[in-house]
Amino acid sequence: MPVMREARPARGAFIDFEPEATSLEIRGFGLRYGDKPALNDLTLRVPRHRVTAFIGPSGCGKSTLLRALNRLHDLNEEVVQQGEIRLEGRDIHAPEVAVAELRRRVGMVFQAPNPFPMSIYDNVAFGLRLQGGLSKRRRDDIVEWALRSAALWDEVKDRLRASAWSLSGGQQQRLVIARTLAVGPEVLLLDEPASALDPISTLKVEELIRNLKASLTLVLVTHNMQQAARVSDYTAFLHNGELVEYAPTDTLFTNPRLARTENYITGRMA
Amino acid sequence: MRWRRRDTARARLPRGEGPWAWLSAGSVALSLLLLALLLGLLLSRGLGHFWPGDVALVTLEDGRQLAGRAVREEPLPDGSGRERLYRTGNRDLDGAIWDWVALAAIHEVSYPRELLVLERRRWGEFIGRLVALEPEAGPRLEGEAAWSALEARLVALEARREAIRRLREQTIRPLVRRLEREGESAEVTRALAAAEARIGALRASLGGASLVLESVSGQHSIEPLEEVVRARRPNAMSNLDKLAAWGQGVWRFLSEGQRAANTAGGVWPAIFGTVLMVMLMSLLVTPFGVLAAVYLNEVAHQGRLTRLVRIGVRNLAGVPSIVYGVFGLGVFVYGIGGHLDSWFFEASLPSPTFGTGGLLWASLTLALLTLPVVIVATEEGLARIPHRQREGALALGATRLEMLTRVVLPMAMPAMLTGVILAVARAAGEVAPLMLVGVAKLAPQVPVDGDFPFLHLERKFMHLGYHIFDAAFHGGDVQAALPLIYATALLLVLVILMLNLTAIFLRHHLRSRHGTLSSY
Ligand SMILES: Nc1ncnc2c1ncn2[C@@H]1O[C@H](COP(=O)(O)OP(=O)(O)OP(=O)(O)O)[C@@H](O)[C@H]1O
Ligand SMILES: [Mg+2]
Repeated sequence: MPVMREARPARGAFIDFEPEATSLEIRGFGLRYGDKPALNDLTLRVPRHRVTAFIGPSGCGKSTLLRALNRLHDLNEEVVQQGEIRLEGRDIHAPEVAVAELRRRVGMVFQAPNPFPMSIYDNVAFGLRLQGGLSKRRRDDIVEWALRSAALWDEVKDRLRASAWSLSGGQQQRLVIARTLAVGPEVLLLDEPASALDPISTLKVEELIRNLKASLTLVLVTHNMQQAARVSDYTAFLHNGELVEYAPTDTLFTNPRLARTENYITGRMA
Repeated sequence: MRWRRRDTARARLPRGEGPWAWLSAGSVALSLLLLALLLGLLLSRGLGHFWPGDVALVTLEDGRQLAGRAVREEPLPDGSGRERLYRTGNRDLDGAIWDWVALAAIHEVSYPRELLVLERRRWGEFIGRLVALEPEAGPRLEGEAAWSALEARLVALEARREAIRRLREQTIRPLVRRLEREGESAEVTRALAAAEARIGALRASLGGASLVLESVSGQHSIEPLEEVVRARRPNAMSNLDKLAAWGQGVWRFLSEGQRAANTAGGVWPAIFGTVLMVMLMSLLVTPFGVLAAVYLNEVAHQGRLTRLVRIGVRNLAGVPSIVYGVFGLGVFVYGIGGHLDSWFFEASLPSPTFGTGGLLWASLTLALLTLPVVIVATEEGLARIPHRQREGALALGATRLEMLTRVVLPMAMPAMLTGVILAVARAAGEVAPLMLVGVAKLAPQVPVDGDFPFLHLERKFMHLGYHIFDAAFHGGDVQAALPLIYATALLLVLVILMLNLTAIFLRHHLRSRHGTLSSY
């Protein structure tokens, strides 16, 4: 059960979770792009099988944080990090952790849909093929399951061999979600997954997020306050690379503790 | 309901403001015009050559007569009218095959049906009249009877020549090679002798028949039938006949070897050499270029050194091709080739095997020449692949190598093909470096045949571009070779076009499989 706690009353208001309910734990995490600080001393816990939303003005470091969670920053030689990120209690930067394995456990869906130039089937099977060792039959089953989970199966079941690029933007985004689900992640990171979509596709993706939380931990970055309110259980407000307020979504939106948070969610802060 | 196109009236005018639109449109139009002119020239001059045009019988005011095909007209040097160039053939009788005639001196031009054009193995064309055909035995034939007999005999003659050629290639050549390999053996010697005897018999049956010819100026000559390749009476041919003859001419040009020091005959060995060399070059340059580009773009630390290398590569693309030729000669031919010879082909030294120009070294030199093009094009393709596709692959648990081979390289394939297209376009037209590393004026043996190892990388080869150069500057009579030069140039353009279209088709195929890159 969540425990409200004023960790550092002077700077922010935070909620905390018991360790057994925590999926991801971020402790004193900071990140710089070269000399440019992007994240500063972040500490928060992401609850298991819940939807946690990160909100904040543009450039506050939401994407940076999300990408740190599955070590996508590893490729960027400029990036310097400090602090700790733990997945199910294990440090993700520990030497014995294989990055590829970590990324399979922590899936990521990007802002713009990025299907590969292959058939719909091959896109979903991409991660499975990387792992290898699956019979074709089993792979077909997983592909179907993933597409069903992403609420796309009915739309594409007759054209699995068609190019993924022939799908609409909303379908592509759900395809990318299916592709990520197919490798069986524990955590799904979604970076503004609906920002390029029309309202109907957006609703579908939101519905999907709500359904997925039965089996997954979800982290959602969004600029859309209504969306955060609609789908998330907890919301963290970041500003200038710092965590300002972290609370159950209802509380944060109806009764924010800090004026900064209130200004942002009511639109008084750019 | 009918689909209506967008109103096109507006699209006809260049969009934009002021003179710039017109200026740029004008320069496009000018470039297109020049290109069209080039192609038009090559097409008309090159293809026109094979048309059996009418032969004019020209009677001059002074009573002299000549027969020939009009080639072109020019104003007289003193400006008192124009003169016309006739191609009259008969090098053996007149010593020249051209005749300039002032238009004012012409009394009458007619086109008698019986004028005969003979293509001969020596001396080129004969233009004049057929007086008689003298068979080996029996009475001599005259007039129309001689002409029909000549036509029939030429068909039979062609069949026998073909039989001899086949005997040489399919029986004698393998036997000789066996002899070289296995040494003397009674069986082979006997087979060889039998084949030689059969050729001798065929030769003899070609016969001692001969033609009695008369030029329009009244000179007589006797031509052995054996020397005659073709006989025509163009003025008596219908347009359909001429079209058929034209088709035959074009086909022979494409399929036969050359005659008369590259000023006549076909260019098949040159076509074959050009295409083979370009294909080998593509096979060599593609893997190296792609690997280099992948290293520069995906693996190497993007520091100052990499930038320097990149600039270097780009500048290499501008080095004149002859420099590559010199490099190829020094390093490939004399360096590597020389060593290969002393290690593996000592038996045949001092005559070189790989230590002289050849197909392999030419392909390698051109591969080196086109390497920068492929690297640059591939690198640009790699750089254009959106970051999100790469991250998408990584986020699914792909290693960097898997990301490269399964997502990035397939996506960069069209760019690589673009590089290969550019490389082919550049390589197929290069002549200068080839002269140093292996092109030959005459290499009747194409580098591919039925003998092991089938592809003979050390052989010299012919090339359309060099063929043009050679025919234009080393043939005795440029005037006579000119139509063939045009035809060869046209062919070179077409061959390059074909090679490019193949690659473009491949690229299109790859692209259309998954649509174009979506824009967001
Ligand atoms: N690759 C990079 N190199 C250098 N600086 C970067 C890089 N990526 C992000 N930044 C900087 O880090 C800060 C945080 O960026 P980030 O993308 O995390 O913001 P964000 O909260 O996701 O913004 P948005 O809502 O606009 O997506 C920004 O100031 C940005 O300029
Ligand atoms: Mg972002």
